[in-house]
Amino acid sequence: MNPQRRRTLRAGAAALSGFLPISGLVINRNAQATLATPPFRLLVLLELRGGNDALNTVVPVDDGRYLDARPRLALRDDAIVRFDGNLALHAALAPLQSLWQAGEMAVVEGVGYAQPNLSHFRSIEIWDTAADSAQFLQQGWLARAARDASFARFGADGVVIGAPDLGPLGGGARAIALADPERFARQARLAQAGGSPARGALAHVLRVESDIVRAGVELRPDVRFTTAFPRGALGFAIEHAAAIASTRRVPVIRVTLSGFDTHQNQLNVHAQLLRQVAEGVVALRSALTEIGLWQNTLVMTYSEFGRRPRENASGGTDHGTTGVSFAFGPRVARGRYGEPPDFARLDASGNLAHAVDFRSLYATVLERWWEIDSASVLGRKL
Amino acid sequence: MTLRAAAALSVLLLATVARAAQIGDALGPDRARLLLTRAGFAPGQEEIDRSASLSHGQAVDRLLATARTSAATPAPAWIDDRLVTPRELRAMTDDERKLVRRTQIRNGIELRGWWLREMTDTPSPLTERMTLFWHNHFVSAQPKVRYALLMYRQNLLLRQHALGNFRELLHAVAKDPAMLIYLDSATNRRGAPNENFAREVMELFTLGESAYSEADVKEAARAFTGWSIDPATAAFMFRPRLHDDGEKTVLGTSGKLRGEDVLDILLAQPATAEFIVRKLWREFVSPQPDSARVTDIAKRFRKSDFEIAVAVRELLLQPEVVQRSEDNALVKSPVELVVGLLRQSQGAVTNPAALALGVAGMGQNLFAPPNVRGWPGGEAWINTQTLLARKQFLERSVSATMKTAVAPDPGALADVLDEVQTSAAGGGSVLRRLQQQAAPVQLDAGQWLTSLGGLHVERSVGEAGVRATARQLLVLPPSNPLSSQMLGLDALRAALLDPVYQLK
Repeated sequence: MNPQRRRTLRAGAAALSGFLPISGLVINRNAQATLATPPFRLLVLLELRGGNDALNTVVPVDDGRYLDARPRLALRDDAIVRFDGNLALHAALAPLQSLWQAGEMAVVEGVGYAQPNLSHFRSIEIWDTAADSAQFLQQGWLARAARDASFARFGADGVVIGAPDLGPLGGGARAIALADPERFARQARLAQAGGSPARGALAHVLRVESDIVRAGVELRPDVRFTTAFPRGALGFAIEHAAAIASTRRVPVIRVTLSGFDTHQNQLNVHAQLLRQVAEGVVALRSALTEIGLWQNTLVMTYSEFGRRPRENASGGTDHGTTGVSFAFGPRVARGRYGEPPDFARLDASGNLAHAVDFRSLYATVLERWWEIDSASVLGRKL
Repeated sequence: MTLRAAAALSVLLLATVARAAQIGDALGPDRARLLLTRAGFAPGQEEIDRSASLSHGQAVDRLLATARTSAATPAPAWIDDRLVTPRELRAMTDDERKLVRRTQIRNGIELRGWWLREMTDTPSPLTERMTLFWHNHFVSAQPKVRYALLMYRQNLLLRQHALGNFRELLHAVAKDPAMLIYLDSATNRRGAPNENFAREVMELFTLGESAYSEADVKEAARAFTGWSIDPATAAFMFRPRLHDDGEKTVLGTSGKLRGEDVLDILLAQPATAEFIVRKLWREFVSPQPDSARVTDIAKRFRKSDFEIAVAVRELLLQPEVVQRSEDNALVKSPVELVVGLLRQSQGAVTNPAALALGVAGMGQNLFAPPNVRGWPGGEAWINTQTLLARKQFLERSVSATMKTAVAPDPGALADVLDEVQTSAAGGGSVLRRLQQQAAPVQLDAGQWLTSLGGLHVERSVGEAGVRATARQLLVLPPSNPLSSQMLGLDALRAALLDPVYQLK
């Protein structure tokens, strides 16, 4: 297969039947599957919170209009890495080369939705609930998916790590939030040492809180990985995610890395964030391979929006529209999907038009990964 | 007596308000917030403004003098429906009976929503907190009583006497039809007395455990024989032919005692005032009552012939009420959590039935306490299941956008009613289905952030914003410190999801 082959969506077909999976992105050849023992298929969502700058992630380095829009921030040849001599990525993503070479990495460009909303919170709500821009839904898309009978066999529908909100699991899923796993670990150590720092009713609430964390997923099963996890918040969260995954009792883990709202001095901050992402994904693959779970894993990244093509005067970028998503996993078909940014079609606020509705990513997860009907979760396009 | 007390307090209020400007020890907004949260629900800014310039004593007197005795929310439409009598019920087919039963359950859910609305909107939150206190003291529960109308009438009775006279309240509630059914007084007759009410009125309503003997229970049960319900009007009725008019001895007092006499004998025991004051202390002051002060307040309570406002005033004046301290912190009940959230954010109840079931899912199914002891409260409110339910509710309530409220679909509601009745916690699947219809509450996070000190949903809160958010939403320093870089909505969410938000 030619890894560079670009697959595009047939928009006409999508309008007829809701949201179609992205053709070819996930190929589920599931040899071992039997009715008696349905395979465990883990979804790890990696949320890049704040609005990841897609243009400095998958870099249109050969497009002159990109260089024009970003006199200070454009990444030139010395700041990018090319996979197979073609796909140009931010140099901080170089560690991902191992996944690309293994054929386990895909890039989906131009992901967004019509009538984009530039508010962080409203836009992530649209993403989380799989809503149209002007549609207000109560439940996260994974909470709706969790109504499928196949979720009943799990101890919980999902765990979110790194942010307190339940995001796509909000509004009815059996989900557990580990806002700050490091703190919980610290607290657990304190409790074991015999002394609780709090008194009275507060001590009780804290105790129950750590019970939830422990009981919810037998939080830290005693797995030891030889994988070295990167330092920092995301590395810690990834280690946690791998440990939780080892229980095989949770089908969804969402990990959030914040800080992508790069309005100023973007270059260093963004590089450091993307390095965490790349090293985190590599570590996750290594850890899950150790415990024989990587075969059962699909990783997908997303962000509430991308950033504006034209840089601002503070060495940063403002809220934009379309973004880029990565998919990783043995069942992912290596390649580029969607459409590269089209600078000729900017909207009134100077933002890019989307090529792929984000719900096609969800449809891919539902139909191709979990093999459940996406129409009941995503409904039809209005 | 109650009216007189209220009038006296009003005069007192006028006098104290007039002096307010001259008195230096004004509460200020922070202590006013603590007082109002404990004496009601977490307050909105207007409420705080009304009390901040008053002294602690003036603010408490103002709360008592302005306390209402009736609800302002329009009553549910079905209160005028004719009651189906037990005899009519017996004559019905199974299908007809089932229909009546479903109507009762449906009305009961509406009733829960009605009360939550009243608590959210009332200008007299202390009245509602006291009504809730008495609901959890003089427990009756709809799963046994069945008639939603009788639960409604009992609720009005509890509100009417909420800050009135405990003697009058005890006498009234003992003859309240829902109570007569709940504790089997209605079937207590000469020759084969039912001891249920006689025992609970001593153990749970007045004296407390081990302040009476089994013989007292037996004798008192005889005194209550003949108390019954008029099937036509569903009102209390005394049936002399079923009453045992022989000699009885209760707690050392002998005579041809009637039920009313037994209640007065119980009130004459010093244990009663102390028992009530101790329970009120846990409700309003701190988890560990101070015995000396309880005894002292109980004495004055008795001396006033059980004016409830006298005891509540003394309790609300305790210094702990306006102090921030880990030792004194109390756990918010689910109702306090939800109603407080709405009052402090100026939010609204948009789907009362869904909200009622949400609160039930947190462990407080109004009009259906788990047993005659009521909800144990305090730390027992918080377990892994209820804490998750609380956090999910809080998380969902704060959205970046105003949600469109949709009226719940009565058909869908009817489908799930049976599940509610049989499930103590309200039923998880019922809850999910109801929540799919419309958000139970609606609040404007942007407006709330503005009122917290000019904060903005999508802008960093800064150091001042961190302090303002923590001070106004949390009674103790947050367990997970807020950061000045947090955007407004994230800071608000973090504060609401902090373990400390569960406390008052």
